[in-house]
Amino acid sequence: MNDTLVSLAVIFVQLSLIAFGGGNTTLPEMHRQVVDVHHWMTSADFAALYALAQAAPGPNMMVVPLIGWNVAGASGMLVTTLAVFGPSSVLTIVALRLWHGFRNPVWRQAIQGGLAPISVGLVAASATIITRTVDHGWVLGAITAASALIAIRTKTHPLWLLAGGAAIGWTGFGQ
Amino acid sequence: MIETDTRTPTVLELFRGFLILGLTGFGGVLPLARHMVVDQRRWLSGREFTELLGLCQFLPGGNIINLSVGIGLRFRGIAGAVAALVGLIAAPIVVVLVLGVIYARYRSEPHVVHMFAGLAAAAAGQLVAMAVKLALPLQRKPMSIAIAVVIFGAIVGFHLPLVPTMLAMAPISIFIVMKVRA
Repeated sequence: MNDTLVSLAVIFVQLSLIAFGGGNTTLPEMHRQVVDVHHWMTSADFAALYALAQAAPGPNMMVVPLIGWNVAGASGMLVTTLAVFGPSSVLTIVALRLWHGFRNPVWRQAIQGGLAPISVGLVAASATIITRTVDHGWVLGAITAASALIAIRTKTHPLWLLAGGAAIGWTGFGQ
Repeated sequence: MIETDTRTPTVLELFRGFLILGLTGFGGVLPLARHMVVDQRRWLSGREFTELLGLCQFLPGGNIINLSVGIGLRFRGIAGAVAALVGLIAAPIVVVLVLGVIYARYRSEPHVVHMFAGLAAAAAGQLVAMAVKLALPLQRKPMSIAIAVVIFGAIVGFHLPLVPTMLAMAPISIFIVMKVRA
């Protein structure tokens, strides 16, 4: 139990500090640790938790407390929440206090520009891993494709897409 | 007396403001955050908001998470930062836990399983959309595309752990992008 909490803390502190480009870039590593390395849940469970967190309001890192809850109950939730939000927040506080150093546009732009393609690769990896896990059969694949197309082409509220997917899923058609 | 454009929130106002933001921000809190902070409550001017957001995007962690910390810190120090962050994540944590409990309880019901499968498929589609939107600005930047492909291959193809991959690729990428501007 304690070992589990320590492992959770170590994993999510690391993810907190390398989550450049937002939380979705760390999904593949989260998936690798939680499913492949520690066998705390199946890949399908991981994808389901991610979907639940997407359906909830708030920042897109909310899958993390949910993983903590599923792995080790309330204490797991507390540990993962502190681990994932704490270190990056402390870093933000330190950086804002040293704000003038970061204001130098030349190397700030260089770092931002250099991290952008890495974010793209990581989010694409997240999308691939999650899609591979959830899409069994052509109906679910079609839901993913339609949801992606609508989200790219229109400004439809994300919640409508999730509700649509859930409603089609509910019928069990093609599953 | 000169009327100032922006107002200074108390710790409690910071908590309340971000609590509402957390509760109402479905699928992307950022546009709502700007509306609340700049237009509605006038804590920051548009320019200050953009500048703070720029730094938050540069740092690791969720942009909106960092933004809440930054705004809280600016007005009320560490106490303000904690109040804003806790306010932002309090309600969503309760909501995801309730959804998680429902999922755990009914996961053997066929209809519920099918419903969550559909939900997960739609959520995956949104992730695909996000990847596409992020990738669009890289068009005609062959070196950037190459870096993105290497990262993608390392993670998806070779299942490499993220921390060493990032530590190796970030300096290379920053150097290349700086040199070739591509």
